Amino acid sequence: MADVPKLRADLGIAAPDDLYEALIKAHEGLSQEQSNLLNARLIFLLANHVGDDAVLHEAIAAAREGIA
Amino acid sequence: MGSYEYKTYDFVTPEEQRTGAPARHPVVIVGAGPVGLTAAVDLAYRGVRSVVLDDENQVSEGSRAICWAKRTLEIWDRLGCAEPMEAKGITWKLGKVFDGDRHLYTFDLLPEPHHKHPAFINLQQYYAEEYLIDRVNALDAVELRWSNRVTAVEPDADKVTLTIETPDGPYRTECDYLIACDGARSTVRKLMDLEFVGRYFEDRFLIADVKMKANFPTERWFWYHPPFHEGPSALLHRQADDVFRIDLQLGPEVDPDEEATPEKVVPRLKKMLGEDVEFELEWVSVYRFQARRLAKFRHGRVLFAGDSAHQVSPFGARGGNSGIPDAENLAWKLALVLGGKAPDDLLDSYDAERVYAADDNLRITSRTTDFMSAKGAVPVAFRDAALGLATKWPFARALVNAGRLSTATVHWDSPLNTPDGDDWAGGVVAGQVCEDAPVNGDDWLLDHLGRDFAFLYFFGAEAPVPDGLSGLARLEIPVQPLVVVPQGEGATAGGLTALADSEGCAFARYDARPGSCYLVRPDQTVAGRWRRFDEAAVRAALARASCRDAVAPAAPQEQAAEA
Repeated sequence: MADVPKLRADLGIAAPDDLYEALIKAHEGLSQEQSNLLNARLIFLLANHVGDDAVLHEAIAAAREGIA
Repeated sequence: MGSYEYKTYDFVTPEEQRTGAPARHPVVIVGAGPVGLTAAVDLAYRGVRSVVLDDENQVSEGSRAICWAKRTLEIWDRLGCAEPMEAKGITWKLGKVFDGDRHLYTFDLLPEPHHKHPAFINLQQYYAEEYLIDRVNALDAVELRWSNRVTAVEPDADKVTLTIETPDGPYRTECDYLIACDGARSTVRKLMDLEFVGRYFEDRFLIADVKMKANFPTERWFWYHPPFHEGPSALLHRQADDVFRIDLQLGPEVDPDEEATPEKVVPRLKKMLGEDVEFELEWVSVYRFQARRLAKFRHGRVLFAGDSAHQVSPFGARGGNSGIPDAENLAWKLALVLGGKAPDDLLDSYDAERVYAADDNLRITSRTTDFMSAKGAVPVAFRDAALGLATKWPFARALVNAGRLSTATVHWDSPLNTPDGDDWAGGVVAGQVCEDAPVNGDDWLLDHLGRDFAFLYFFGAEAPVPDGLSGLARLEIPVQPLVVVPQGEGATAGGLTALADSEGCAFARYDARPGSCYLVRPDQTVAGRWRRFDEAAVRAALARASCRDAVAPAAPQEQAAEA
């Protein structure tokens, strides 16, 4: 499974700058705690929409890669 | 405190202690709790005598384990003691989860009809033990010795020798196999100096069992952020005799001795139940979760079962309900080994299967604990995100973990399994406990399974009963053939037991077509299955499930004796 990645590396979003801006804006005026909550809610909503366990676990590993 | 009248049981000087004549028992069981008693009854059911030793002279103090799962009830039913349990216990299957005042969701643990036993009953452990003791006392094959405390264990290659302290002083006894069912603080485990490793969770929990007249429904109610308690969670659950289990999460910082005093407990309960509700405290305990197990459950001739082998957090009812299947898993294997029908290696499969089950339960309960006792900014954020989304977004209810309640473990990779060679789209896989189904109108499929190995043959006009089926009963390890017949069809079962699939449940639950067949172990677990009968394949699967090279037909004189 790890040999054939399912997580897409090419661009899948139509307007990257819009998305980036929307993410930053969503956090405006929030405390660190509230921001953590927003991020967690967002992750759950997106994860459920994606629905593919293999993709999600690849994404978790990819997100962690190179951090620690 | 409390309304239950604890029966005490007299110490009787064991014959061997009185006469000084050395005795050798096939099996000695340490611990007359639910697991030890179940093991004793199951061994007796299979013709094996045992001695049960307990260092006290009464049933366990306090309600302790209260939730008994469907699989546990099925095992007790096979052993003839489910009836008093189910009559006295509170039947339930619905759970409600709240976040503060908001009802997040309801779960149903047995959403379909046509099962003999309920998803769960709630019954205080002292009642469960009392009924098991009644059952044991009706059996000649079990000798229950109260006030017998094990002080030394000497395991050898060919026997185990015990030193036992009694009111009449010490004595020694020997056994072929020793089963340690002496709980989380197992004496046998300590005497053998075995490590019990794993995790502690920091949060302390208060258990209070209260007797009160209240109109709470017989459902499991679980709160996150309970409006009546400052801790992160609370649980309310009904037991027999109008006793309610209340579990309040206290956090890591509290003093456990102080929290167990009525001065601290009563105000907490009044906040939850209301100032005017009259209640009586039955039992109070402050505890921390532990998630630990022995590296191995088999140590030569000493076998560990229940909490002595593995300890899990209580949310999910996976302690007692994994201990009882431990006992069942071991009993038939010991019976075959002691009867000379299977090699001693069969007991290694007890270790393999039940270590796997313990790991499964440890993984599941640790996930619950990590959700309930989330520590640190990000874990708390994830928990509160799941709780916050759950009202509006149905998918998020599945993320809210308020305990995943015990179901029978599927032993997927058991060495006793014969993997599927045919196409199946469901049904019961090798390593999984058989599904029950109504048969013959007022009877149940599971009532026909569990004595010996069994063979379920699903009949159809285009798949008549094969010639070789009746011969299975005459193998060295007998296999009882059973023919499942679709409702309304006449079967020529050739003198074999025919079970009419009254509601169509058996065919459906076993993904059966005419000619499908299952080999079932004495613990009602599937060993292998096929789309058409092949005697050689069945015998190979039977050999595998009993750790033998081959299973031949029994010697002719035995056949004559049975005929």
